[in-house]
Amino acid sequence: MGKDNFPNVRMMQGNQACAEGALAAGCRFFAGYPITPSSEIAEHLSVALPRAGGKFIQMEDEIAAMGATIGASLTGLKSLTATSGPGFSLKQENIGYACMTEVPCVIINVMRGGPSTGMPTLPAQMDVQQARWGTHGDHSIIVLVAATAQDAYEQTIRAFNLAEKYMTPVILLLDEIVGHTTEKVVIPDASKIELIDRKKPDVPPEEYKPYAETEDLIPVLANFGTGYKYNVTGLCHNETGFPINDNAMIEKLIVRLTKKIVSNRDDIISNRTMSLDDAEIGIFAYGSVARSAQSAVTRCRAEGIKVGLLEPTVLWPFPKDEVLEMAKKVKAIIVPEMNLGQMAREVELASRCEAPILKLGRVDGNPILPDQIVKMVKEVV
Amino acid sequence: MFNYLEYVREENFPHIWCSGCGDGIVLKALIRAMEATGMSRDEAVMVSGIGCSSRTPGYVDINTLHTTHGRAIPFATGVKHANPGLKVIVVTGDGDATAIGGNHFIHAARRNIDLTVLLYNNYIYGMTGGQCSPTTPIGYKASTAQFGNIEPTFNISGLAIAAGASFVARADVYNAKQCEKMIGLALEKKGFSLVEILTPCPTAFGRRNKMASPVKLMEWLRDHVVSGAKWEKLSEEDREGKIRSGILIDVDKPEYTEEYKKLTEKLRAV
Ligand SMILES: Cc1ncc(C[n+]2csc(CCOP(=O)(O)OP(=O)(O)O)c2C)c(N)n1
Ligand code: SF4
Repeated sequence: MGKDNFPNVRMMQGNQACAEGALAAGCRFFAGYPITPSSEIAEHLSVALPRAGGKFIQMEDEIAAMGATIGASLTGLKSLTATSGPGFSLKQENIGYACMTEVPCVIINVMRGGPSTGMPTLPAQMDVQQARWGTHGDHSIIVLVAATAQDAYEQTIRAFNLAEKYMTPVILLLDEIVGHTTEKVVIPDASKIELIDRKKPDVPPEEYKPYAETEDLIPVLANFGTGYKYNVTGLCHNETGFPINDNAMIEKLIVRLTKKIVSNRDDIISNRTMSLDDAEIGIFAYGSVARSAQSAVTRCRAEGIKVGLLEPTVLWPFPKDEVLEMAKKVKAIIVPEMNLGQMAREVELASRCEAPILKLGRVDGNPILPDQIVKMVKEVV
Repeated sequence: MFNYLEYVREENFPHIWCSGCGDGIVLKALIRAMEATGMSRDEAVMVSGIGCSSRTPGYVDINTLHTTHGRAIPFATGVKHANPGLKVIVVTGDGDATAIGGNHFIHAARRNIDLTVLLYNNYIYGMTGGQCSPTTPIGYKASTAQFGNIEPTFNISGLAIAAGASFVARADVYNAKQCEKMIGLALEKKGFSLVEILTPCPTAFGRRNKMASPVKLMEWLRDHVVSGAKWEKLSEEDREGKIRSGILIDVDKPEYTEEYKKLTEKLRAV
């Protein structure tokens, strides 16, 4: 094999991998506000974006950063913001605005423990429900999660692709361990990376309606400045983008916002599994905890205990069918997570009492270790 | 007669403003000023927050973005930074820009990013029914200051000047000609420019303050607002209780998107 055939392998932190993934995805706009443990994403892009002819800006707070990200996206630039817990809370109103107006953008949240200022430098997974329900009002949203630096790179690209495809904000969650661990990342050849760009209008400006009915439920938003003058509002709106009070039209809009994501669940959700086929005990784990779960599975299997792992890489939409399938096969499902059972609730709902759900929560700022999981497995056996 | 129809979205009329509201006068002054500057409507973007004033973009046939309360300036910053070729106009209210959005307002001025901000100052929260705003004068009544407001007010133009804006002017809708002129100058200025426009809200402000008739509020503006040239001739004593209109500052300073462009070109040349 010639030298050129070697993959491009680099050592990088999860946060840096997000920044590199964003660039590879074609992201050319970043607005942020510094916060541990996510600041490296902004720092890295403050160097890389101007070099790539893109735009970087440090805003006065996270609310402003979210607003600027949406504004930039409306001109056609793929746009990103990154933050952590308290900043994620501040972004919520404008995340809802992006849901309502269907402006694609990516929000990375490197989770720390909370509530409030909480544990700035320690890992947690306490924002998994906030990611789903943080903004007010009925809406649907796509939430990805990364377990490794490699994931951080690839999931950032996927987040942009999903945002552009479904015209929606997409959230990528890392925990502090993933954000700050430096490890190997294999950078794929640029030509091998599949990139999706938002649809462009195929009608002249006089006939254009930004929120006109489409077969796939996904609107076509023209870039500002390209001759398609239209209105964008966070108020309930009609197909021309102007505010409405008509109840039937309001209902149609709100239902479509959820339906455009839920009806594409199969395209969006994605899971990794390990030894699930003959498993008698199931584990549901995500993020850095999934890595501990993988070693727990390996150790248990070595001792002849039949354990399997379901690891979602998309948390929302929730993989309910896969969880139910697992629940029907196993005697119990263990859900280790760095919170007090936020996703365990979902697992419980999805499993429809087919198997008992055992929470293994940790909220002291320490990672969940394989030992803890193995111990619980043995207790169940 | 000036043909406004070319600039408005006729299908969205009648507008939502109360009769006697000053916001429509600003809309017309803005349209005339846009026409005078000859700007391309395809390349103009109007961004607003939430409030009666922030409903203006819905009526203007350009790219329009009605955002969240107080956040018009950050959205506008994203639009302008992403595509500096666009002319970006922000329409906001006294509450929108200096209460909930106060932080963004001063930072955009500090950054001196090329935005034209039209701030409709009606001394009250109009849209939500007349609550106290950062500009409700001491002693005046609001639905949340029923015994008279006891809080000192912001001098909005002064705030923008102190924060670093490159152009600041004050105007009022009684003097619609001057209002149009100030908006025109602001549109042509490179850098952060503000026109603070005093405009009556008979419904939420006038009614509670013995000026229920729109005429009364217009007379108040006539009697209290003094334009630049006249102001210079007034004695310190005569200035008491009066408000100065006209250009308050007009300086040339480095503009944010141009500085960013220079930085990028330098980096990419190496
Ligand atoms: C986050 C948030 N808080 C509060 C409101 C309610 N609200 C809507 S408009 C407004 C005040 C508007 O006042 P101003 O900016 O002065 O504009 P006007 O209506 O007087 O033109 C308020 C408080 C809101 N929409 N969003
Ligand atoms: S409430 Fe006041 S500001 Fe709002 S439309 Fe009526 S008069 Fe105008």
